[in-house]
Amino acid sequence: MTIVIDVENVSKQFKIHHERSQSLKERLLHPKSGSTEVFDALKGVSFRVSTNETVGILGHNGSGKSTLLKCICGVLQPTSGEIRLRGNLAALLELGAGFQTELSGRDNVYLYGAMLGLSKRHVDAIFDNIVAFSEIEHFIDTQVKFYSSGMYVRLAFAVAVNVDPDILVVDEVLAVGDERFQAKCVDKIRTFQEEGRSILLVTHQADQVRALCDRAIVLDGGLMIANGSVQDSLRIFREHLLEDAVLHDRIGHQADVAIESITTPSGSFDVRSGAAMHFDVNISSHTAYSGNFVMEIFTRGGLLVSRSDSQASPVNLTPGLNQVGVDLAQIPLLDGVYDVNVGVVDHHGTVIAWKEQAASIQVTYNGREGGIVELGASIRQL
Amino acid sequence: MSDATSARMIRKSLDDAPVRVVSARANLRTRLRNLWSRRELLTSLIFSDIRIKYKNSALGIFWSMLSPALTLGIYDLIFSVIIKNGYPNFALYLFSGLIVWNMFMTAVNLATGVIVDRAGLVKKVSFPREILALANVGASVVYFVIQLGVLCIFLLALGHAPAWGYLWLLPISFLALYLLTASVAIVMSAITVYLRDMKHLMEVLLQLWFWLSPVVYSYQHTISARLHEHGLTWVYFLNPITPIMMTFQRIFYVKTTVLSTVPPHPVLHILPNWTASSYLSMNLTLLGIMVLLFLSSLMIFGRLEGNFESEL
Repeated sequence: MTIVIDVENVSKQFKIHHERSQSLKERLLHPKSGSTEVFDALKGVSFRVSTNETVGILGHNGSGKSTLLKCICGVLQPTSGEIRLRGNLAALLELGAGFQTELSGRDNVYLYGAMLGLSKRHVDAIFDNIVAFSEIEHFIDTQVKFYSSGMYVRLAFAVAVNVDPDILVVDEVLAVGDERFQAKCVDKIRTFQEEGRSILLVTHQADQVRALCDRAIVLDGGLMIANGSVQDSLRIFREHLLEDAVLHDRIGHQADVAIESITTPSGSFDVRSGAAMHFDVNISSHTAYSGNFVMEIFTRGGLLVSRSDSQASPVNLTPGLNQVGVDLAQIPLLDGVYDVNVGVVDHHGTVIAWKEQAASIQVTYNGREGGIVELGASIRQL
Repeated sequence: MSDATSARMIRKSLDDAPVRVVSARANLRTRLRNLWSRRELLTSLIFSDIRIKYKNSALGIFWSMLSPALTLGIYDLIFSVIIKNGYPNFALYLFSGLIVWNMFMTAVNLATGVIVDRAGLVKKVSFPREILALANVGASVVYFVIQLGVLCIFLLALGHAPAWGYLWLLPISFLALYLLTASVAIVMSAITVYLRDMKHLMEVLLQLWFWLSPVVYSYQHTISARLHEHGLTWVYFLNPITPIMMTFQRIFYVKTTVLSTVPPHPVLHILPNWTASSYLSMNLTLLGIMVLLFLSSLMIFGRLEGNFESEL
């Protein structure tokens, strides 16, 4: 395991001009007009990424995750601190940013390849793969300005993933393109993981981090507040998101709601597949509050198995301790450990209280079906 | 399975891979090394720039010859036919100066706005940013070479031989011109990010610069005596284009003293009567200064590029 990205105590400050004056006249006439504010986008962030590791970077808007990524890619220079990189890096900060719309797709592939640091001979060798991946064979000699946005994005992604990077940096680009293309991107990322490459994935979709990452980093206001397992980081991310919501939301602060604990009558979370299950969830509240209860069940691999209907589970909380009962008529899950998240949301679906990994259910199954759910398929020859 | 294993074997070699460091400020050595390592990108950008420029025009790259030829024709008409300056073979004199001026002006004009125009790229893709300005300079080198070819054909058609004893100065002089053009292009591209007016101001400055350089007039014949009288010769030679242009004119126009074409045909001293070795020492001094200028331009660019992100 070689360390390929070593971020050491990186800080980045931006000068923000209020009342920007970029004309000479303005600067000559009012040399001191407009105040300049220094904004700390990153404050002493340090972490490392090794080969064969996929690390997610979580954070809400303005948390500094894009700045961090730009520093790692070398688009921005940190104000202080150092980033050491090993191996070549391909960044997908914005698909097609390097494209010249006047040139044909073919010319752009070569130009973009050169931007990513490839020789012409190298691009010659991978050109067919790029075109095949992008699925725009017929239009490769058309000027890019006539491309549809989908074609544009596909071509850019095809170049970036075919350059054989040791480190792939992806910034929310998986959110573009149609579903089939997204699936293709995720597939490609999985292939990269199998090949032992390092991937840095920036997103604010918790599901994506769960599904793809080995580890996650959480940024908040330029500070790194978590660097650990996906579950821990997601928990911290959710909690911070809540704190922020409480601070910023006028309605939110009235309801000081917290999930205290989750218990079963027997005290055990082991269950046979197909059996019924009952949870008691203890929720404390400082004021009376009415919202909806929601429960999620995940596999350890990070796949969402089920989310309860948050529109139709009203709870009316009274000040003090409240108890909510959850009945599962039967659990059709197969062997494995499943994590349970519970929370309270308001009528708009905004999370008021949340407990990540509130419980883990251990399901035992004696049959021979494989996967995560028992469908009980009966097969007969007709 | 074996595929994944072999891939892992390849990835293991990363232990020996060179470490790249992104830190607050890269020193000059790193900057030069980064530039050198991305020379393929430079070539790519040069040719894509040229291709884009002539993409939708019917005459294409032919314009890079046609437009200087038209400029040449206009100046020739004004100064030789209408004002009657009396320089024999004036078109040739003009051509040897214009070829230098065109290279400088084209590159600086293009490069002044290049970082602002390509903001999308600068903010999203990592590469040494000065390459954008250098690509503009590279494109103008290509036009320069094309025009030099036309000049050679021109010489052949006129049956006019260049000054063979001075021809070897051409590469030194050209290198100085390249470094000057690159330095101005690099600095201007960065300054324009902070002061958008530069694009307009530069158009005027370039006009002024043009008239301060001996393109359409002869320094020796027109102003050297008056400058010398006031002891201002050195001020005129602060313009680095001037010695380069005079070298080019000495090489291609050849004659230093000619008879005017206008009666009563007085003797005109068009070019200074310097020896090849004094041209050499002038060009070498200039080249030395231009190397320093180029290195400083990279340092200035390095200081300015730190805040591109928040200004673009």
